[in-house]
Amino acid sequence: MSPIANKESKEQKNRAGQKIVSPDYLLFEAPREKHFMTGSEAVKEAVKRATVDASVSYPITPQSEAAHLIGELWAEGYVGVYFRGENEFGVMSEVAGCSIAGARTITTTSGPGTLRAMENFPMWSGTRAAMQLVLMARGINAPLTIQPDNLEVSFLLDTGCMIWYAENVQELFDMILAGFVVAEQPDVHVPVITAVDGFFVSHTREAIYLPPDDIALPPYDPYKAPMPAIDAEVPPGRFLRDPFVMKSNYISYATHASWQFEVRAAIERSRPYAKHYLKGLTEEFGDKDAEIVFVACGTAASQAKEAVRVLEAEEGIKAKVVKLKTIRPFPYEELLEATKNAKYIFVPEFNVVGWLEREVRRALYKKSDAEIIGTPRVAGGMTMPKEAIVKEVLEIIPARR
Amino acid sequence: MQRNLVSIRMPALGGQGAVTAAHIIATAADYEGYYAVSNPFFGAEKRMAPSESYARIGIEPIFDRGEVVYPDVIMVFHPQVITMGKSYTMPFYSGIKKNGLILINSEENLLSTEDAQFLDSLNVKVLSKDFTKFALEIAGTELATNMAMLGALFGAMGVVSKESIEQGIKDRFLKKYVASGGTASLDSAIERKFKKKLELIEKNLATASAAYDLAREWAISQGLEPFLPPPPAQEKVA
Repeated sequence: MSPIANKESKEQKNRAGQKIVSPDYLLFEAPREKHFMTGSEAVKEAVKRATVDASVSYPITPQSEAAHLIGELWAEGYVGVYFRGENEFGVMSEVAGCSIAGARTITTTSGPGTLRAMENFPMWSGTRAAMQLVLMARGINAPLTIQPDNLEVSFLLDTGCMIWYAENVQELFDMILAGFVVAEQPDVHVPVITAVDGFFVSHTREAIYLPPDDIALPPYDPYKAPMPAIDAEVPPGRFLRDPFVMKSNYISYATHASWQFEVRAAIERSRPYAKHYLKGLTEEFGDKDAEIVFVACGTAASQAKEAVRVLEAEEGIKAKVVKLKTIRPFPYEELLEATKNAKYIFVPEFNVVGWLEREVRRALYKKSDAEIIGTPRVAGGMTMPKEAIVKEVLEIIPARR
Repeated sequence: MQRNLVSIRMPALGGQGAVTAAHIIATAADYEGYYAVSNPFFGAEKRMAPSESYARIGIEPIFDRGEVVYPDVIMVFHPQVITMGKSYTMPFYSGIKKNGLILINSEENLLSTEDAQFLDSLNVKVLSKDFTKFALEIAGTELATNMAMLGALFGAMGVVSKESIEQGIKDRFLKKYVASGGTASLDSAIERKFKKKLELIEKNLATASAAYDLAREWAISQGLEPFLPPPPAQEKVA
């Protein structure tokens, strides 16, 4: 029986002395107060209420402040273990160790840091480590840039990790808490990467509604995990917990293949939990029946919302935005339903390759007659003004008619 | 002209406190009851190199993020933004909207005839004043230039009160102490620091207030309408 279910003591407290409450209470029911802060500060507020056991950090713009603030939480007693890794590869390996040892673990990185750590992400999912990475997307080299650009997310799509995308400071806070809850479900139990656009969210200061900070999520219970936690102090010590498949025979090949299928199936099984804790895998803004639809995530969704307002107010054109909150799992059904009246689907993006456009095309292939238009697309730190989106629409649509 | 949103671009030099100014501007506007967002833009910034910061204030939720490409207001923190082109955009007023406002921290007229003609054609009002002088005379340090600039902004806009500016400044400089004050008793070292902080806040406030009065008077003399309708009723920051 988990200690939370113990009826005799009515109030369970975590390491920091915060009252343990249910995820539903923390996310949906607890009274909230208005604050004004940056995305980096919102990360701190979320981690503060998440009963986090371990975090490892390494500085890289624009996530350095978030990592630093998690360190402050450790100093204040809210986080069990916190240290600075050697580099991002070291960090992503070390958090894996913490996580498979049974700790609720979080880390943060950006751009080149993500790519340096790349080998670890499929290793996380393969070991069914239910940890969280907050990814503050920035451009990747070369040429060197520290500015927002989410090309790096395309590299993560097939790592076996869940990929969620927060639009703003509020959503980042809520997603981090929901992320732990969904990732740790026994029938899910894969890592979650919570992405936001660097600077546009990490450094933007805006209103946010927070529950009190004397309540927190129930602690992670590694005994509910589909794989046993590693105990290096009790022999025989194991340092990996994937099945030992390094043999040249068909059983090994089949094990490896089925294991990888199972990781992807675990992401699929996260849907009902994600739907509940994120209040849907997608969100719509604008005219429900519009023929012009923007499909976007993160800041591109914000900018598209502004464009919808301008199109309506200044041009009398109805449009809507379908914001994707999860990329893995990909919200196929929701997207199909939301675009059933669409004639033109624009996919505005903050990268040069159009990875979201590829995802949308794949999802709607032979299921929608709408024309999919991968524009506007900006990169390298460029802003995507609403005026630029409106201009694209006004240029493209009349030419098609 | 009715606006729903005021977008503000602040070209400055590294070290002048444009990021802090954006933070306080947005917090003060939020306190007044408007929707507000601030964000800085960082390159490889350093002292005296170009650095830009943005704030947006409106009467409905603001989704817009990043650089303000089409500003209603431009606040030029340093003459070199114009004279040496230390600006992310050239000319510094690129994208300025009709009926806009430009505040320039300089006693000299730095605009060419062409600049002045172009801005005039868009009915953009320009207030050139040595705001650093306010900082030096009232706060005793040029570091308070950003306070004078934000005071002038609100004076010209005419929709955010001095009380809200005070809240914005306090939120920026006091919050940490207030937050920990409930759990830990303030030891004497912090208390001394605290007193210093209060003094700093007072001087910053006085600087902002003086610039506010000057700009308010100027705005009235120019016949400037308030920049936004009254704020929607909104919950105050805790």
